[in-house]
Amino acid sequence: MVATLKRQFGSGISEASTYLGQNYMVVDRSLIPEILQVLRDQEQFDYCVDITAVHYLTREKPFDVIWILYSFARNERIRVKTLISDGEALPSSVPIWPTTNWLEREVYDMFGIAFEGHPDLKRILLPEGWKGHPLRKDYGIIQQDNEWVQANLGIESGQ
Amino acid sequence: MSDPSTNISHLELGDRNETFLDSNELVINMGPQHPATHGVLRVILKLDGEKVLGTECVIGYLHRGVEKIAENRTYAMFNPYVDRMDYVAAVSNGLGYCEAVEKLLNVQAPPRANYIRVILTELNRLASHMLWLGTHALDIGAITPLFYTFRDREEILKIFEKYCGARLTTHAFRIGGCLYETYDGFEKDVTNFLDFVTPKIDEYEELLTTNRIWVERTKNVGKISGKECIALGVTGPVLRASGVRWDVRKAQPYAAYSDFDFEIPIGQNGDTYDRYLVRMAEMRQSLHIIRQAVGKIPEGPIMAKVPKVIKPPVGEIYHSIEAPKGELGYFIVSDGSTQPYRLRVRPPSFVNLQALDMMVRGQLVADVVAVIGTLDIVLGEVDR
Repeated sequence: MVATLKRQFGSGISEASTYLGQNYMVVDRSLIPEILQVLRDQEQFDYCVDITAVHYLTREKPFDVIWILYSFARNERIRVKTLISDGEALPSSVPIWPTTNWLEREVYDMFGIAFEGHPDLKRILLPEGWKGHPLRKDYGIIQQDNEWVQANLGIESGQ
Repeated sequence: MSDPSTNISHLELGDRNETFLDSNELVINMGPQHPATHGVLRVILKLDGEKVLGTECVIGYLHRGVEKIAENRTYAMFNPYVDRMDYVAAVSNGLGYCEAVEKLLNVQAPPRANYIRVILTELNRLASHMLWLGTHALDIGAITPLFYTFRDREEILKIFEKYCGARLTTHAFRIGGCLYETYDGFEKDVTNFLDFVTPKIDEYEELLTTNRIWVERTKNVGKISGKECIALGVTGPVLRASGVRWDVRKAQPYAAYSDFDFEIPIGQNGDTYDRYLVRMAEMRQSLHIIRQAVGKIPEGPIMAKVPKVIKPPVGEIYHSIEAPKGELGYFIVSDGSTQPYRLRVRPPSFVNLQALDMMVRGQLVADVVAVIGTLDIVLGEVDR
């Protein structure tokens, strides 16, 4: 499968490997969402298990965005990873897998990564109007939006 | 159309086809403090009379930032936190987390630990399904099953309490195996429980399966096809009730599941009634698995050789298990330190809840309650 994809996308797939028996590939940002569409249509990865992100504060492109896919027909999982810089948006994969609607909203909520073409991109777990994205590494564990807490809960601090 | 003043003028003009009431879409709010939402779920409903035109879920009331906490705790310290997500199936959460870290460390839990894990996890699946059945039936108007299921679930909690001292948030497993050896008479207790509960499940079915009110309230309610389930990422009994024979325990076996013979029950119609039947059949399969495991627990150590300070090598891992609600996955990124660099939980309840909108569109308000019940969500896991 990787060979076919490599032929199709060339150097866009910078790494395709296995770690602890799990397949993953690192692809160029420009291949999203094309490669996801191909994975679903040609390689039968019809179930998008999860989308998540990882923040590396000091890297030039600080965010890893990861799609975890599963194929019922092949009984296989694969992880697709791409690197993006802060403030860069990704195309939404809601047209490919409707399940990614809430998953993308959560990534947006927690990391501030926008998804273009998402039907309703807004915060999902934190309240609307909250400032900051808690799963970024520069967001402290006891940090919170005190302004929001004071205005909406009528208390000095949630801590 | 939605401006009431225009409607009044219609009435004044004597337009009898369009009255004030039937020309309006009504937006009502359900929750977050509503007994039938099983926690702090808020659903905004758009209604045309009794018919649901659309819904929107507002979640996050129970958000504690579990994933952020994980980044600030060591691997062992984070272990009890996972019990607080799906708190009615804490043992499953712990199993998924421990196995994910074990994979990252490249260690294998010993066979004895795996058997103990399977027995406790299946007991927990029973407890979770019993709680689901009781509350789901209560939502629909049948009060009796709640008393029956809670009475019988108590026996499972007693076994947990005797095994590890806790009833709900058990923290039963440790990274590398189990901390506690089985207590004297553990296997006898489990066997006695199996003998006790087998006829009880028939009893629940007698109360509901052919009960006319139950059938009317659940048949053809909240239908979802297998294709739609896959597109929406729905897993667990909801997926199986729509005719897709898929279970992580069979597809990618973990712990000791490959040693046991069991079936994956499926439904055909993908409605609330089929989901009920699938979960009932699953409870029987769980009993079947426990019966095979008990009495055959291999001798040997219960803990693998795991260093005192857990420092997995740099790398990423995704591991998932079949929790009572569906596929529960952990994605862990290690940077070689004692704390996870990033830990992501793939919660089945969160993803399954997304299907609510599709399942209730065009149905009645009363069915929303039935569908929330049948999805079997736990808000602790939805919000994390």
